[in-house]
Amino acid sequence: MTERPGGLGTAPAGDPQSRGSDATSRGWRAGLRIGTTLAASSFALAISFGVEARAHGWSPVAIVLFSLLVFSGSAQFSALTVLAGGGGTLSAVGSAALINARYLPMAAAAAGSFRGGRWRRGLEAQAVVDGSWISAYLGDGRFDREKMIGATAAQWPAWVVGTALGATLHLSTTFIDRWGLDVIFPAYFLALLVDALRSSARARLIATTSALIAASVVFVAPTGIALLSCSAAALLNLLLRNVKDTA
Amino acid sequence: MIPWSVIVSVAVVSATIKAAGPVVLRGRTLPPKAIAVVDALAPALLAGLIIVELAGYQWRQVDWTVIPGLACAGALQFVKAPVLISILSAVIITSAVRGIPGA
Repeated sequence: MTERPGGLGTAPAGDPQSRGSDATSRGWRAGLRIGTTLAASSFALAISFGVEARAHGWSPVAIVLFSLLVFSGSAQFSALTVLAGGGGTLSAVGSAALINARYLPMAAAAAGSFRGGRWRRGLEAQAVVDGSWISAYLGDGRFDREKMIGATAAQWPAWVVGTALGATLHLSTTFIDRWGLDVIFPAYFLALLVDALRSSARARLIATTSALIAASVVFVAPTGIALLSCSAAALLNLLLRNVKDTA
Repeated sequence: MIPWSVIVSVAVVSATIKAAGPVVLRGRTLPPKAIAVVDALAPALLAGLIIVELAGYQWRQVDWTVIPGLACAGALQFVKAPVLISILSAVIITSAVRGIPGA
């Protein structure tokens, strides 16, 4: 079983076959380019969050502030759903925390890439969101800090502006489905996954295991829990390494 | 009623979750075993995100109209097309499929 030097998740930056693609180019520009693509999907999703929260009686100021401070669609929708279902503050915060729990190991993994003292590192870590983190991963535990921050910097305003429009303009969200905008996120993740699957048989095994876990867990539990459960598939790599070392 | 306590609490908890690792670890690199897990986290998370985005809670979001577009995006990526082209093709095809009467 051979693995490319860039690790399981991404193609190495110098791979001549894939050079120049957004997935493998580096730095602020690459991050902003990827972030702009993802921002279109964030924007559409944010409009639907704004519309939904307004329908539950939240004020536009509260809705926009929520998006500005939290910037996490899954956590925000989760808190809103719990409150709408009659849940209390503790349940709403607990559900959002569980949904965002995956960011704990993801941000810890990128810790070595951030700069400055504790405060600055903590601030830079706020750039850890799914699409940005995955795009910035270089393999072997290394991350492209500029690419991650750039990608998030492009998505954040789109999320906040989309929320504001949804909360104030009484927009219909049917255009998201009609124009296929809901497919942007899965298409982007699929494009990155195809690159990752090309890298090794081990990556293919881990991705298949993770897909099976996600499909099973999401049938009975919220999406955030399903994503957190996918981390278990990553432990498979450790197990396979140990088996290889023992053999 | 505006749930200010929820807004503030979720914001603080989310920021703490993201900041915890980098603040505690500072510039230290992870041990090799942890790096092996992180290395595998990307394909695991990607596969999980695709399933979760497409199926949704209790598989309520399953929608066949996204399949042709995603298949095209996957095929284009397989032949090393730029990511943006793959995504655009998925959007255009999905939009076209949904435009078909009865779809």
